[in-house]
Amino acid sequence: MNDLPTKVEPPDDSARRQMRQRTRRSFVCGAAAALSGLAGWAWLKSRANEAGLPWPLRRMLDANETLARALFDPARLAPNFALGIAREPRVNGLLGLESRFDPARWKLRVESPALKKPLVLTIDDIKTLPRVEMVTELKCVEGWTVPVHWGGATLADFAAKFGLATRSGKIPDLKKNPADLFRYVEMVTPDMRYYVGLDIESALHPQTLLCYEMNGEPLTLEHGAPLRLAIMVKYGFKSIKRIGTIRFLDERARDYWAEQGYDWYAGH
Amino acid sequence: MLKLQAKHPRAVRWFHWINVPLLSGMIWSGLLIYWANDVYRVGWGNVTLFHFFPGWFYDALNLRSRLAEGMAWHFLLMWLFAINGLLYVTYTFASGEWRHLLPARHSFRQAWQVVLHDLHVTRTLPPQGKFNAAQRIAYTSVIFMGAGSLVTGLAIYKPVQFSWLTWLLGGYQAARFEHFGLTIGYVLFLVMHTAQVIKAGWNNFRAMVTGFELVNSIEPASSVASNALASTGCATSIPATDVSAIGAIAEPHGTSIQGVT
Repeated sequence: MNDLPTKVEPPDDSARRQMRQRTRRSFVCGAAAALSGLAGWAWLKSRANEAGLPWPLRRMLDANETLARALFDPARLAPNFALGIAREPRVNGLLGLESRFDPARWKLRVESPALKKPLVLTIDDIKTLPRVEMVTELKCVEGWTVPVHWGGATLADFAAKFGLATRSGKIPDLKKNPADLFRYVEMVTPDMRYYVGLDIESALHPQTLLCYEMNGEPLTLEHGAPLRLAIMVKYGFKSIKRIGTIRFLDERARDYWAEQGYDWYAGH
Repeated sequence: MLKLQAKHPRAVRWFHWINVPLLSGMIWSGLLIYWANDVYRVGWGNVTLFHFFPGWFYDALNLRSRLAEGMAWHFLLMWLFAINGLLYVTYTFASGEWRHLLPARHSFRQAWQVVLHDLHVTRTLPPQGKFNAAQRIAYTSVIFMGAGSLVTGLAIYKPVQFSWLTWLLGGYQAARFEHFGLTIGYVLFLVMHTAQVIKAGWNNFRAMVTGFELVNSIEPASSVASNALASTGCATSIPATDVSAIGAIAEPHGTSIQGVT
């Protein structure tokens, strides 16, 4: 070790010099890339808010929605579970349920461009529709799920019976005549404090129920009596409790949580 | 004699470094989402050894009450993360780089020898290629983990449209747990990877930035050189940033390379 040459030979110098050059070049390039990444991040975060999100994030959710709607197949179903495992979901929110309310005097108001004037229906009008039961998971946007035994009528049957979803008044047909359909559905609580917007194909999905029974019992007030939505192709926040008004329309319907930064589509 | 030797192709370096902010962003936004239902723990019955995550953790990283924001970021970055990963896999196959990366016939036995060496149980290392056996296994596994994250993520992102997938993964909650577990796996990988890179030294790290490392051209793949090196973050050659360092590294093995320099 002691007789290591004190003077480094030129070829090594040359290699080191080349390495230094490459190192400098690469690190400068890397730093520039990192800075542009950071700049992009800062730019995105500082964009004007659109319904609770910087608008590029909102645009991205909308783009994801466009893709999801293009690929949406109404024949795909949420899995059905055995009756025995159904449980009562936690009451996770009382939005729209806190106003004074008398279920005995409740009426459902239904609006559609296809109607000359709004319909006013009672719970018995809903119960005359074909009764559907399913045991499916309520999937909360927070990440928890609960299998629930739902009982009610499909929104598709409801729309078909009263001629609500189509311009022609005919039975809705997503595949053959999509242009005949109004594009959105809005549902609002009687106090108008909570509201959800649905795309028409999700609204007419066979597992989208106007629900009046939960786990074999009539709905309780805290779960949305006398009538709530149970929609399995969406996160739970779309399953509005205590529906006061159902509105078919062509404009994108308002949605409470989508105004707070959540995805409007929220589709599964 | 020292010379520059090409090590990591430009494409691999870009994929690697682009993945750093993308994976960080995915983990960060994932934590914003996870906070809303933070039910996982290590424990049994009423005994909890560790809760994912303690309150101070959320406070320190400001993760509370940001579910909507987390989802929006997650569903933006997921595309970039997936595209970068798919391009990387495509590239490694198209370029032949996979030959250095997939575990080879003896990789599992050799990886064990590397572990023993790193733990200072044994002094000899199996022959090192561009990547050693343990690296091959680690770098291949992490790609499968990435694929796993995409698959489990899809199963909880669109559980009705992909209900068959969600079912295959054991249901919605199982898929969510798997998605989370893979993330913990990344974090463990990152800790290990960073430690190994630090241990392997500057020449090795610099190669991931510049693509080149300085090697001693007389003994390019000698066992002397390999023995002198830390293993799993590193490669064939001598970190030859300065002469005295070479001497110092080679010395314990009783092999001097003074004639070389």
